[in-house]
Amino acid sequence: MTPPSERPLTAMIDPAAGPPDCAAYGRAGGWQAARRALGGLAPADIIDMVTRSKLRGRGGAGFSTGQKWSFVPEDPASARRKYLIANADEMEPGTFKDRLLLEGNPLQLVEGMILAAYGVQAGHGIVFLRGEYHLACTRLHHAIGEARQQGWLGENILGSGFSFDIHVHSSAGRYICGEETALLTALEGRRATPRSKPPFPQTGGLWGAPSVVNNVETLCNLPHIIANGPEWFAGLGLGEDGGTKIYGASGRVAKPGAWELPIGTPLRQIIEEHAGGMLPGYRLRALLPGGASTAFLDATSLDVAMDYGSVEKAGSRLGTGMAIILDDRTCPIGMIRNLEHFFAQESCGWCTPCRDGLPWVERLLSAIEDGMGQADDMDQLARHARMLGAPGRTFCAHAPGAMAPLASGLKLFAADFTDHIRHGRCPLRMAA
Amino acid sequence: MSTADASLPARLRAEILGLAAQEPHPRGAAVAALRLVQARFGWVSTGHLCEVAGLLGMSADDLDGIATYFNLLFRRPVGRHVIMLCDSVSCWIMGREPLCAHLCRALGIQPGETTADNTITVLPTVCIGHCDHAPAMLVDSTLHGDVDTACLDHLIDMLRNTP
Repeated sequence: MTPPSERPLTAMIDPAAGPPDCAAYGRAGGWQAARRALGGLAPADIIDMVTRSKLRGRGGAGFSTGQKWSFVPEDPASARRKYLIANADEMEPGTFKDRLLLEGNPLQLVEGMILAAYGVQAGHGIVFLRGEYHLACTRLHHAIGEARQQGWLGENILGSGFSFDIHVHSSAGRYICGEETALLTALEGRRATPRSKPPFPQTGGLWGAPSVVNNVETLCNLPHIIANGPEWFAGLGLGEDGGTKIYGASGRVAKPGAWELPIGTPLRQIIEEHAGGMLPGYRLRALLPGGASTAFLDATSLDVAMDYGSVEKAGSRLGTGMAIILDDRTCPIGMIRNLEHFFAQESCGWCTPCRDGLPWVERLLSAIEDGMGQADDMDQLARHARMLGAPGRTFCAHAPGAMAPLASGLKLFAADFTDHIRHGRCPLRMAA
Repeated sequence: MSTADASLPARLRAEILGLAAQEPHPRGAAVAALRLVQARFGWVSTGHLCEVAGLLGMSADDLDGIATYFNLLFRRPVGRHVIMLCDSVSCWIMGREPLCAHLCRALGIQPGETTADNTITVLPTVCIGHCDHAPAMLVDSTLHGDVDTACLDHLIDMLRNTP
């Protein structure tokens, strides 16, 4: 038997050939894990294996997946309504890893969902898919239909007594739907406002039933953990965390893209080797390591290992692991204004600090970028970063996320802010 | 009377009731139902909204709160084709502003508007997950990347000549 691929998530993905069908998926090693789990593993074994694999949530928060599941009441799926939800509402600016997985190998997600659902004994599966992912939607529907036809979904799967099926919910926009409690509210046919915790979704989620919400990439790892063992999976990572990670880079790099690499791969290797370094004529100024809601790191931080703990120690967050590169010819204030426009627009409007604070931040940044900044604007921005950035002052993590690039940018680009305000113009825009 | 003023076709009503029946509470089908109406008529008129609300056992205001919350649900008519040009950070870095200006100049409209011949609506959109091919856009349901002015000009010609 050939040893398992060290790039398990993308091993079967061939953009030119399209996604594998049920048979091809099986020939390439798919369904082994589902057969193993439903053929003799106890639900508690699945949770234990996933905990030992050191898999952490790939949506951005990085919570231990096994631990997250351990809070779900243990009743069998037949005794109680429970939900397993795949968060496919990928909307973090700069992030396109889940689309790759959804379009490239939707059956891997289906198998991952079967395993997660069996582990937490949930009979109802939902994929919460963002409305803009049209191709992923078509391919996912096709994959689910095929899996159902082959007996991988539905009543009494493989004669195990476990029943599970998947419904695709095509959403209709709004970034906040990716927040797990807002996602639940949206599924209940209400405006997607986050909920206060407790109750946590694991005990009181969708329609009040125990619910687990996991990111697409997280779920896609499960077949490989169950088929090849948690120790094998943990060993794929270079540091404390287990597995591989889909990293990416966008902006003025030579070869923007996404690559599956061992988790903990140094940022320098991602940018210089895989993304091919900067485009000719551009130098790297700073970057957001894991999407719009992570703090800027400057060019001196390139040796940081891209795992949860190391990036946090460097002053930012791993987030989605998809880096956005700021070059030396792009105005950092213009970039932060663009980010804060996004966050202000996407605020759900439920709590006042976020609803009113974020547009205020955007207006201040616009004034500075347009040459109408006032002397005390930087203090005003810093005050917002402090007041909105601390957890607990707003209803959910939207505003703290929005403040991460602002707070770090105010420090890193202090001279650029001062220049804009003193000279009453954007130096880079005049040069362009 | 435009089709949007007519009542919902019987089959669509049945489809919506079917979706509602699968949910623990009918309102769970709200977004799916509005999406079906929009797929059929291009947008969600007030008449249709009220009808869907009735089918789901909701007040029209309640359902309108949802319809106006989600940016992919249109409460005003749009053109036969909708161009959604990404305005998030990677596309901004890669030059989406001049592209948007070019597109609007070529069509004689501003973002959020529809051409007088009802062919094309231009809307901004948040990140559409095509950042390695920024600037990116969605034209109806098709994703386009590495967009430049030549590509936009070609697209406008094509859309104007397709029904």
